[in-house]
Amino acid sequence: MLEVTSLNSFYSKAHILNDLSFSVGRGEVVALLGRNGAGKTTTMKSVMQLVRPKSGSVVFEGTDITGQPPHRVARLGVGFVPEERRIFTDLTILENLEVGRQKARSDAPVWTPEALFEIFPNLWERRHNRGKAMSGGEQQMLTIARTLMGNPKLLLLDEPSEGIAPVIVEQMAKTILRFKQEGLTVIISEQNLHFAGAVADRAVIIEGGEKKFDGSFSTLEKQPEIRDAYLSV
Amino acid sequence: MGLFVAQILTGLANAAALFLVASGLSLIFGVTRIVNFAHGSLYMLGAYFGITLMNTLPGAFGFWSAILLSGLIIGLIGVIIEICVLRPVYRAPELFQLVATFGVILVIQDLALMIWGAEDRLGPRAPGLKSVVRIMGEPVPQYDLALIAITPFILLGLWWLITKTRIGILVRAATQDREMVGALGVNQSWLFTGVFFLGSALAGLGGAIQLPKGGADLLMDLNIISSVFVVVVIGGMGSIPGAFVASVLISVLNVFGVAYLPQSTLVLMYVVMAVVLLLRPYGLFGREEKAGEHGQAGEPDRPIRPAGLYGRIAVAALLAVLALIPVFSGSFTQVLLTDIIIFCLFAASLQFMLSTGGLVSFGHAAYFGGGAYAAALLVSYSDTPMEIAFMFAPLAAGLLAILFGWFCIRLSGVYFAMLTLAFSQLIWSAAFQWYEVTGGDDGLVNIWPAKWLSGTNAYYYFTLIVGVGGIILLRHLTHAPIGYALRGTRDSARQAEATGINVKLIQWTAFSIAGALAGLAGGLFVFSKGSIFPNELEIAKSFDALIVVFLGGVKTLSGGVVGAGFMEVAKDWLTRLEYWRLILGLVIIGVVIIAPDGIVGTLRKVSERIGLRRTEEFMK
Ligand SMILES: Nc1ncnc2c1ncn2[C@@H]1O[C@H](COP(=O)(O)OP(=O)(O)O)[C@@H](O)[C@H]1O
Ligand SMILES: [Mg+2]
Repeated sequence: MLEVTSLNSFYSKAHILNDLSFSVGRGEVVALLGRNGAGKTTTMKSVMQLVRPKSGSVVFEGTDITGQPPHRVARLGVGFVPEERRIFTDLTILENLEVGRQKARSDAPVWTPEALFEIFPNLWERRHNRGKAMSGGEQQMLTIARTLMGNPKLLLLDEPSEGIAPVIVEQMAKTILRFKQEGLTVIISEQNLHFAGAVADRAVIIEGGEKKFDGSFSTLEKQPEIRDAYLSV
Repeated sequence: MGLFVAQILTGLANAAALFLVASGLSLIFGVTRIVNFAHGSLYMLGAYFGITLMNTLPGAFGFWSAILLSGLIIGLIGVIIEICVLRPVYRAPELFQLVATFGVILVIQDLALMIWGAEDRLGPRAPGLKSVVRIMGEPVPQYDLALIAITPFILLGLWWLITKTRIGILVRAATQDREMVGALGVNQSWLFTGVFFLGSALAGLGGAIQLPKGGADLLMDLNIISSVFVVVVIGGMGSIPGAFVASVLISVLNVFGVAYLPQSTLVLMYVVMAVVLLLRPYGLFGREEKAGEHGQAGEPDRPIRPAGLYGRIAVAALLAVLALIPVFSGSFTQVLLTDIIIFCLFAASLQFMLSTGGLVSFGHAAYFGGGAYAAALLVSYSDTPMEIAFMFAPLAAGLLAILFGWFCIRLSGVYFAMLTLAFSQLIWSAAFQWYEVTGGDDGLVNIWPAKWLSGTNAYYYFTLIVGVGGIILLRHLTHAPIGYALRGTRDSARQAEATGINVKLIQWTAFSIAGALAGLAGGLFVFSKGSIFPNELEIAKSFDALIVVFLGGVKTLSGGVVGAGFMEVAKDWLTRLEYWRLILGLVIIGVVIIAPDGIVGTLRKVSERIGLRRTEEFMK
């Protein structure tokens, strides 16, 4: 589904991603783990082409998307949920969803506002309100819903559990598992190992923009020294 | 009472065109973050196309179709400008885009001159709406009433488009965060082009719809743009209702101004704007602009170093040549060189605040002309000796900059630039309309230097010493603590604040220094010419300085001086051609797209490539 090969990304002159390679299969949920500043967000933005990689390639379903404009990547079926959420606060919730709307795809789940309100009932009550006075959890739900309106095949979730109440985190975990059942492929970036273990099939650990581990959570459990070295517990 | 009502109605009718143009500018700015200076030119083209079409299409149907067609044509012209000129520079810093639109103004001016000639055109009257209606005994033109009736529908239509359609939703979303809109699968390029079409079409409609009340001439582009800026700043950038309210306010104010305070109609508009901005810095309906909200971090600037040995030798050699000029050349060369040195000092003062401080001023002419007028007024009214009057020029300009700067530095980015422009227009309109004191259009004459400076040679040396002295002072300031602090505020206001720099105070100081040195240039200017006219305060003069700094290279220290020298020589040569504006405009657009580092920046890159200059890596 997604093949990332020897990616090198920069912010002006700062070298952030260093020969990063990993792949994700169809229907898989992969957790991208690492401390703050490890390069998780940069990895996702490089896949989305919001950050243009200097070298290496990103291939999505056999199409090389390296260097394509982000809107084309989105139209191929990659949905990105940024960690800062970036809600359009001047728009109502329904209008936010409208911005994300794309045509239905035959090989991906199709979403409507109604279906999304069923998953996120809080949004339904405030559908005509502007995005200004929303809690962190509600904002997170809205960003995910907005991206799903594009009917993506691959969903990139950047730190979905960050800054939201524990009850909602649990709900979020259930939601992600539900996406998996619907047939979505998901990459989530996380610092919360517990949350990641609950939803993901596989862990990819990065530190300083380099891959340090790639394998199942059970393998990771058997190597506590890796966890201690690259993740803050 | 009847007169009062009639005046209000006239104001409302005048608001129609202003609102159309302002809402277009606002819309374009909201989404693309480009202040389209050429918007006034599109308005002018709308008027010219309107006249041509109205003269071809017969009857009332022809008249109204002509207006709509003009809007359509201007919309398409806007699309061409967007695709050819602006698309290549969307990722460049704001200033580059502005300069590109200056280039467009020049090109359109000459194209209009070529096609429609230099004569002013009177607009045809609207068929079926040629007479007047008596309202409470006062005559009101029927066409005014038609405009008053139409404007709310245009507002309603725009409101519907923006709030109810998918396009409108995307436009509003992109106004807030265009990168995110792209990441959600929306092709920004086409969104931008679409918005440009709409905004330009509105300007074209405005130009055509005002024809029966006015006409078309080659000055209307810059004439409307200053009113439009006032409207947009008062209403709030990016707000359509704001544009409407402010258009009505300004138009009605103007009508009453003409009736009761004929000497101060222009000033009035800017005074109202200053008051509004004092109370609401982002306009009546505007939102606060957070710096960096749109995430356009450019490449880091190279550190600025004092000139190397070669640089110093070259400058010393140039100065030696300049000092020897009177020995081996005639007075014509000296007069030209005097002009060049004055312009170089003026440009260097702008460069100081612009490059070092990141403060892009659109109204720097206010301090140049302000200084010149201050000296000239002293000489004219109190027979002050030239030496004292001359020193008063930088002093007065500096004080003016302290006053205006206090307002301006409260804002940043585009709002800052708009306010500087408005203040310079305030000074210009005072000089232009306060006839008893400033002589209005006739200017102030017989402002000659003291006896010991009256020869061409003497004044040349005086200019050389003062001008070069001023430029060297600016260079020193750039390398002094204030220069470093200023650069800190430019690169990251927040970080500078954290290290204990009083950002606003530093910016205010830089603004005032730049103003004072522009005033010094103005002082040199007025005594070299013996006269001063309001055109030294015009928008065009401020633009000249900006363009020159840009041509020389924004990120360099000497850019302003080199650019000014280049421009004066080029103009001296170019103005002999009939359509020199066209050529200059195309050159400017070309530089923005092809060599955005300017003359100095490009030379530096080239010399680094061929190894003449130490590169950054080499120094490590
Ligand atoms: N816009 C930016 N400009 C410069 N450096 C950045 C920018 N964004 C992130 N970085 C740097 O890149 C590194 C990786 O950041 P990021 O990908 O956000 O990490 P993570 O998401 O794992 O916390 C960090 O050292 C961070 O400081
Ligand atoms: Mg992150």
